[in-house]
Formats: sequence, C-alpha cells, structure tokens
Amino acid sequence: MIRFIGRRLLFLCFVLLGISVITFALTHLVPGDPARLMAGQHATGEQVKELAQRYGLDKPVITQFWIYMKGLLSGDLGMSLTNRRPVLEDLRQFLPASVELTAAAVLLVVLVGLPIGLLTGARRGKMLDHLMRFLTVSGVSMPIFWLGILMQILFYQHLKLLPLGGRLGVLDIEPPHVTGFYLIDTLLDGDYATFSSALIHLILPATTLAAGSIAVISRMMRASVIEVLDADYVRTAQAKGLPAGAVLRFHVFRNALIPTTTILGLQVGALLAGNVLAEVVFNWPGIGLYAVNAIKNLDYPAIMGVTLAISVIYVFVNLLVDIAYVMLDPRISFDGVA
Amino acid sequence: MAENAAMQPRATVPLRRQRNLLHRILANPLSAIGAALVCLAILVALLAPRIAPLDPIAMDLPNRLMPPSTAHWFGTDDSGRDILSRVIHGTRYSLIAAFGILALASLAGTIIGLAAGLFGGWLDELLMRVTDMFLAFPALVLAMALTAALGPSLFNAVMATALVWWPWYARLVRGQALQLKNEAYVEAAVIAGASRSRIAFHHILRNCLTPLIVQISLDMGYAILTLAGLSFVGLGAQPPAPEWGSMVSVGRDYFLDNWWMVTFPGLAIFITVMAFNLLGDGIQEALSPRAPR
Repeated sequence: MIRFIGRRLLFLCFVLLGISVITFALTHLVPGDPARLMAGQHATGEQVKELAQRYGLDKPVITQFWIYMKGLLSGDLGMSLTNRRPVLEDLRQFLPASVELTAAAVLLVVLVGLPIGLLTGARRGKMLDHLMRFLTVSGVSMPIFWLGILMQILFYQHLKLLPLGGRLGVLDIEPPHVTGFYLIDTLLDGDYATFSSALIHLILPATTLAAGSIAVISRMMRASVIEVLDADYVRTAQAKGLPAGAVLRFHVFRNALIPTTTILGLQVGALLAGNVLAEVVFNWPGIGLYAVNAIKNLDYPAIMGVTLAISVIYVFVNLLVDIAYVMLDPRISFDGVA
Repeated sequence: MAENAAMQPRATVPLRRQRNLLHRILANPLSAIGAALVCLAILVALLAPRIAPLDPIAMDLPNRLMPPSTAHWFGTDDSGRDILSRVIHGTRYSLIAAFGILALASLAGTIIGLAAGLFGGWLDELLMRVTDMFLAFPALVLAMALTAALGPSLFNAVMATALVWWPWYARLVRGQALQLKNEAYVEAAVIAGASRSRIAFHHILRNCLTPLIVQISLDMGYAILTLAGLSFVGLGAQPPAPEWGSMVSVGRDYFLDNWWMVTFPGLAIFITVMAFNLLGDGIQEALSPRAPR
C-alpha cells in the first residue's frame, strides 16, 4: 500500500513538473505584449519598459522560466497583473468557493445517481433500457451553461424560488473567514440565517453542475448492478433465503460500486472543468470565474496560477480515486498485479 | 471520453459484417433517431444559405429583440438579426469546427501512436510519458488557457482543443498497433519481405481504423460541446458570427426578458450533440459485446 502510494507520488512529481512546463509554455506563445497591455493604451514607451522590467517580462524566455520555477518552489505564483495582488492569495480567496460548489455537486451525484442506478438496475426491461440510455445521453449532451441559464429563467424569474447567482444575497454579511466554506463558517459562527441563504444560493449551481454526472453515474451503476445480479454469489445469497433488501444492500450494492467508483473519479474531473462554465453563469466567485476574468485581461501570472491549481487538484483527485478503487476491490493488488 | 476509452470495441470488423452492423445500429430506435438527426444536421449545414430565411449577420435595428412570431420563428436578437437564420448558419460553424478538431487530433494521435507502438523502445517510452502528461490536465481548462494564449478566435479554439485531444487517440492507436504487430498476417508480411512503411500503413493502420472511427463518432458531440463552451466564455467564435455558443453568451445579457435569445441556440447545441452521442453510442453498442445497458 505504502509502496503503491509512494510510486504514485513519485510519478505525481514528474507530472507536476510537466504541468508547470506546459503551463509556462502556453502563456508565452502569445503574440500580444503583456507589458504594453497592462500599462494601458496611453502609456509612453518608457512606462511600458519600466513595467516589463518590474515583472521580468523583458528577460529572455529561459530566464523567465527560471524565475517562474524558483518562485513556484517557494510558493510564489507571481503577482496578478490586474489587481496587483499575489496570485497565491487570490487563489486562496477564490478556491474555497469552487471546492464548496464541486463538493456539493459530487454529493448530489452520489446521493441521487447511485440510488437511481440501484433501483433501475434491480428492475430490468427494454423500455427502462431505452429510458436510461436517453437520460444519460441527454445529460452528457446538455451544454452546462445553457442548462444553468434555463434554470435561472425557471426558478428565478418564473417561480421566484431561488436566487439568480452569487454565494450570498446582497444584504447578507459574509461570515468570518475560518475555512472559506460558507456553509461551515456560518454554522461555526452560529449564524443560521446566513447559513440558509448560502445553502439556497448553492442549490442551482450545484444542480446544474451535477446534472450530467448524475446521468452518467446512474447508468453506469445500473449496468454494473445488472451484471452483479447475475453473479453466482448473489444467486447463492438469494437461494439461502436472504431478504431481497439485504441482498441488494450487502451483496449487490458494494460490488456494483467498484466499476462505478472509477467513473465517479473521472466525473470529478469533468465537474472541475464544468465548474468554470457554471461559475460564469451563476457569477459564483470561485477560481473558474477568476480564470475567465484572468483570460479576458490577458493576466499571465493569474492564468498560469489558476491552470496550475486546477491541474494539481485534478491530479490529486485521480490519485485518491485510484487508492479508493484498490481499497474497494481486494482483487486488485497495489503493485498492479492481480 | 475517458469513459469510452475504457470500453473499447473489438479491433476489426470484417467487411461482410459491416452491413449487418448498420442493421444492428438502426435496429435500436434511439440510435436510428440519432442517425436521422445527424443526417439532418449535415443537410442543414450544407444548405444553410438556401434554407435560412434571412441574412444571419445583417442588422435590422427597428426590429431588435422581437419575440418569436410568424415573421421571425425564433425571434430576433439585440441587433434585430433573425435568430432562426443564425441558428441555421451556426450548424456550419459547429460541424466544421468540431470535425476540424477531431481530424487534427486523430491525425496527430495516429502518427504518434503508430510511431510509439511500432518502434517501441525509448521512443515509445518518451511519447507515452508526454501523452500521460497531457492526459493529466483537465482538457477544457487547458484548452481555455491555450486559446487565451493564442488569442480568442474559432480557428485558435480548434487548434487548442486539437492540441489537448490528440493523446486520447495516440493511446488508442498505440494499443491497437501493439496488438496487431503480433498478428499472424503481419508476421507473414514481414516474412514476405514487405517494407516497414507498407506494414505500418497497409497492414496495421488500416486495421486500426475501425476503433478509431468509433472513437471519433463518440467524441464528435463532445467536440461540439467543448467549442460551444469556449465560445460561451468568449474564447471561440466572436460576435457577430452566428456561432451557437457565442449566441448564448450574447443572449445572456438579455435573457431575463428575452428568453428566446438563449433558448434556441442552446437547443440547437443540445439536439446536435445528442444526435451525435446517440449515434456514437449505437455504433459502440453494436460493436461491443459488453457495452452498458
């Protein structure tokens, strides 16, 4: 187990190095001159030069890379060109909102997708097959930004049930910063009114983000439930007179979970990416919105920082999924030999 | 995409079974609907200038923000352009751009995958590590950053997305090449003295094509979706080009009072992507004995 994780961590270092190289390279393909852009249209050549010097933008690319890597290792992601704050500080400020949103979506996927898969898997039938297939394909075909806007039109404008966007209402006061997760911070503060406001604000973005994955997970779960139901040990359990509920819970659910976990891990990756679009639609102040704004302003350090951050999270999530996979299925050994 | 990669269909399908395959795809009602809608989308794209009632770009300010009516079935946008005409023309953008991504990515992926699979050794090791590196990135985020670096435009969005996607194809083709390398007919060709390039292209590449085409058909919808997403955040096609994602993005400024500006272009994306997914799903199911139910 430790050897497996160690080896994965070693590969992780390698991947992280690659990620930083790619991230650095991609923002230096750009034709525009960031110093010029930042100084504004009316700046003199002198001012542009001074700016370039201050941020090291006039040095050769290799030197810039060296400065960048040195900074990375000491946790310095550079200064944002637009708000002139350290990028790391920005990420620290905006990341919790994204994590809260993604976690809520994952929770929804698990709490809704798995039961649907289990229940529909226990009942077979051609019509159900077609229906599940249609729902899954609809789920993955839905442009997330469009779904979000439709939800806003329905739940905000017509039904007047849920807010349009943001993490809190205009009149709500931000909870004191402890974890950065509003749901936790408001509870710690004992401020239940703000807690319910934060929860209400989370509903639409999280549902929008989760919709596609719920469809995928429930179909995956259904397929593996159907397969497990055919297994000998399930027939044995049924034959020895175990109640159907117990068979489903102890024999079917756990075994069907194994293939589903891998897909769930891949879905977390999809959720991280979908986050960007959902955050734009719901004006959710997370790193996705931050990334889009950085891109619009050609804010190099911010673009690099946020790409790096999302990729690092993605890589770690994949590692966790691999570990969970091995822990769920005793047939797979950690050394990759069955 | 990754989910599909985990469920690869069998390597090759003999010619005589291909007609049978078409029957099997069309036998499933959902796949048949998908196939019909895909044909319709292609037809609309081909005939766009002929069937669109109005110019998709020309402004008509007195008629701005008109709700759907008999004159404008899908209403008009903030510059008075006919949304139906724009949606029709948008089919071209989406299909051509998505096809461009898949063509570039699968071409690059095939070359790299073939090289890695056939030559093996350090080249294989090197190429596969680079592939792993790219696969470690969340694709949409990298495509976004890359498009931002190249400068927002549909062309750059296509290039960037292709650059992010080739590793999936490289992996697929490499796996196939490794497997096919040891087939009896390849060994026979080697013994018969066939040249290396003849073996690579004639014997191995041709037999890689079926799984490659299946994968491409599964990815088409995803490519359309990715491009629409990039356009939505302002990185793909730029207004006033009638691209679906950018139409939704512009419509977002007006959506609370003018629902039609976002609804119809979004619906077009949804239906087109669904059509390709249903078809791809059907092709995969027809080929694979163990597809999800």
